[in-house]
Amino acid sequence: MPVLQLRNITKRFGSLTANDSIDLSLARGEVLALLGENGAGKTTLMNILFGHYRADEGLIEIDGKPLLPGSTEAAISAGIGMVHQHFTLADNLTVLENITLGTEPLWSWRQNSKAARQKLTQMSSEFGLVINPDAEIADLSVGERQRVEILKALYRDARVLILDEPTAVLTPQEADDLFETLRSLTAKGLAIIFISHKLHEILAISNRVAVLRRGAIVGEVKTENADKSLLAEMMVGEKITRPTPRSIKHGKAVLRLENVSTKGAATSSSLQNIDLIINAHEIVGIAGVSGNGQAELADLLSGLYQHDSGSIELLGENLKSISTRDMLSRGVGRIPEDRHKSGVVGDMQIWENLISEDLRSKTTSKFGIFLDKSKAINRAEDLIAKYDIRCKGPLAETKLLSGGNIQKLILARALSPNPSFILANQPVRGLDEGAIAYVQTQLLEARDRGVGILLISEDLDELMALSDKIAVMYHGKLSPAFENGSKTIAEIGLMMAGQESSLKGTPQAGAVAMEGAHAN
Amino acid sequence: MMDLLEIILSTGFWAATIRIVSPLIFGTLGELICERAGVLNLGIEGIMTIGAMAGWMWVYQGGDLWGGVIFAATVGGIFGFLHAIFTVHLGLSQHVTGIGITLFGSSLSYFVYRMLLPSATTPPKIVPFQTYKIPYLSDLPVVGEAVFSQTPLTYLALLCVPLVWYMLQRTPIGLAVRMAGENPVAVEAQGINVLAVRTGAVVVGSALMAIGGAFITMSAFDAFFFGMINGRGWICVALVIFASWRPGKAFLGAMLFAGLEAFQVRAQQITGASIIPYQFYLMLPYILSIVAMVFMARKAKYPHALLVPFRRGERV
Repeated sequence: MPVLQLRNITKRFGSLTANDSIDLSLARGEVLALLGENGAGKTTLMNILFGHYRADEGLIEIDGKPLLPGSTEAAISAGIGMVHQHFTLADNLTVLENITLGTEPLWSWRQNSKAARQKLTQMSSEFGLVINPDAEIADLSVGERQRVEILKALYRDARVLILDEPTAVLTPQEADDLFETLRSLTAKGLAIIFISHKLHEILAISNRVAVLRRGAIVGEVKTENADKSLLAEMMVGEKITRPTPRSIKHGKAVLRLENVSTKGAATSSSLQNIDLIINAHEIVGIAGVSGNGQAELADLLSGLYQHDSGSIELLGENLKSISTRDMLSRGVGRIPEDRHKSGVVGDMQIWENLISEDLRSKTTSKFGIFLDKSKAINRAEDLIAKYDIRCKGPLAETKLLSGGNIQKLILARALSPNPSFILANQPVRGLDEGAIAYVQTQLLEARDRGVGILLISEDLDELMALSDKIAVMYHGKLSPAFENGSKTIAEIGLMMAGQESSLKGTPQAGAVAMEGAHAN
Repeated sequence: MMDLLEIILSTGFWAATIRIVSPLIFGTLGELICERAGVLNLGIEGIMTIGAMAGWMWVYQGGDLWGGVIFAATVGGIFGFLHAIFTVHLGLSQHVTGIGITLFGSSLSYFVYRMLLPSATTPPKIVPFQTYKIPYLSDLPVVGEAVFSQTPLTYLALLCVPLVWYMLQRTPIGLAVRMAGENPVAVEAQGINVLAVRTGAVVVGSALMAIGGAFITMSAFDAFFFGMINGRGWICVALVIFASWRPGKAFLGAMLFAGLEAFQVRAQQITGASIIPYQFYLMLPYILSIVAMVFMARKAKYPHALLVPFRRGERV
């Protein structure tokens, strides 16, 4: 008998059907991968399973017994554990406190910390999940926090463990460690649902893959019968190929950072002695686990704040102090990290967002003082057509656009003034496959026209597919940029984890590793 | 200079400090419990006012003193529940709701007072809590008179400090309260009802605030008149920040403020001090509190989910 059985689960949000009569089953010791694009309904389904949402129709059975819908408590006591994509931990509390909350009767005069500590230590050693029970969560690395989340589920005797995009925040090595842990857990009979959109991970860890598209299961395959292209096609529903860069000789430097530092050098995310050169016809990728200074670097180059020492040269001109207006007028195009928060104003109309970086030019204003609405709307219409922004027209509200179309709007705004430098911070995060291909094509075309591009991404695969050079950020420091292809994923992963030794003697080590990779 | 030193060394000064600190302790601990659960309660000024009125009125209408304290706490708890409905269940602005509760609580207190005593020109009096000397302990030098010769409500206030600390740090419900203020999603993910935990914390915290108000009419004075809370609630809100949301530090902060208050009253009376206008002494506690706060609050570990409403099933 399967340990978990979902029957005919349907969930609607208004007119959107997030889950459409989904049937799934899961056996003991099995890893089921749930594959799907963003917005396909994976997270909604798991939130129903964990009792965060209540399904409109359908039934969940654990060991053949129906599960009370809409109750987290019932789900936990039935043996379901969930590791959320965004960890549900309290930063200022200790590991032990985070794990024991809710495991004891609330109305009691004391906590049984001693027994809890004993159980936790015993569990840690049994599953190889080493953690200091008295450490505060704020002091732990992301990998360790995930360990706490898994322990939290195991502490409550979970038999079904749900992992929602668990590798999104990990270095490649940490991801390998996680897979090791998961294998030892399934060997002990735990059933795992692994949610991801990364194909190679799914192929590496799962026994069976269920593919979700637009809220419905569109196929189920045994992993041994699947390969990347089959899964990709099932997930997207059509064949979409991402663009590949053609080789091109780089030109003169457009942006040069020398020894740039920002204040508060004590925190791991303030910039320390950054050296970076970006040439025309070149994409330089910045790799790193989020929170290591990428946001600060992006803010600096957007003109949002100032550096305290070092020099920044744009097109051969030294910038003493930077403002956003300077950067725009000097031809810097920006794609911000969070397109909803800092990319557009959702409540404003599309044309307003499209011209918001270009308010004083002749194309949108009279004498640079009064906004010329009809000219601005004309211009917006041109951009909408040129960049294929799917919308009801320039007067529609921006927040009604899909993520991909909002990103197209931002691209249109950044690319239309013919910039010489583009700052692209996580430009494809959370987009569907079609939009990803579109954005990447636009960036590569800009590079071919002679634009220098700084590409910040947490997705190593993306960086390795697009960049000419890659540099790694760790604790506010930036490694020297190396030619893409001169280092393996494993080597870059070590650099992302801050292991300095791997930074040295790069050419030989890199070459050897490359040969090794080819030999395989 | 010697005169000022003499003030601090006198037993009377310390006794006064302990007396002044009592309502501040109730108020600060009450606010602290609310904020640790993630809810700012700016209704404190109004809740203290209504506590002061309710407790006093209970006794004036013939009830006994402890009954008055319980009645004040109940009324305070009801106002806390009102605050919780708006801020916790409906997720409305905690600032606006809190100020609304303060205005409503204060006005309602005066309204009820006037309605029940329409013709009173001089505020009528009750027999308040009397000093209770704790056997043996009150015979100790200095502390005997300063600490152990106070009214029972003061002892209750001092007792509340370790009690609230123990509740927050050592019991499962305290852990749930702290976690609700840090990351309500985590509480939800462990199968505990966040809304219930937060509501409970606001109700209990507000009841404590109301007892703080009742202390003023039933222990410090013997009458109720308009404007008698006089900003003490706001001081408590500031003290919580000063204390970095810790009960022990909250006590120290309240003692500092009360000490300055007791000091300024005495300093005004010293001969030769009159060259400085008395208003200067009046503002002294507030200025020094602000300065102390600047230093104390900078490194405070504030509850991460303070002011953030939690809605069940919302996408995270």
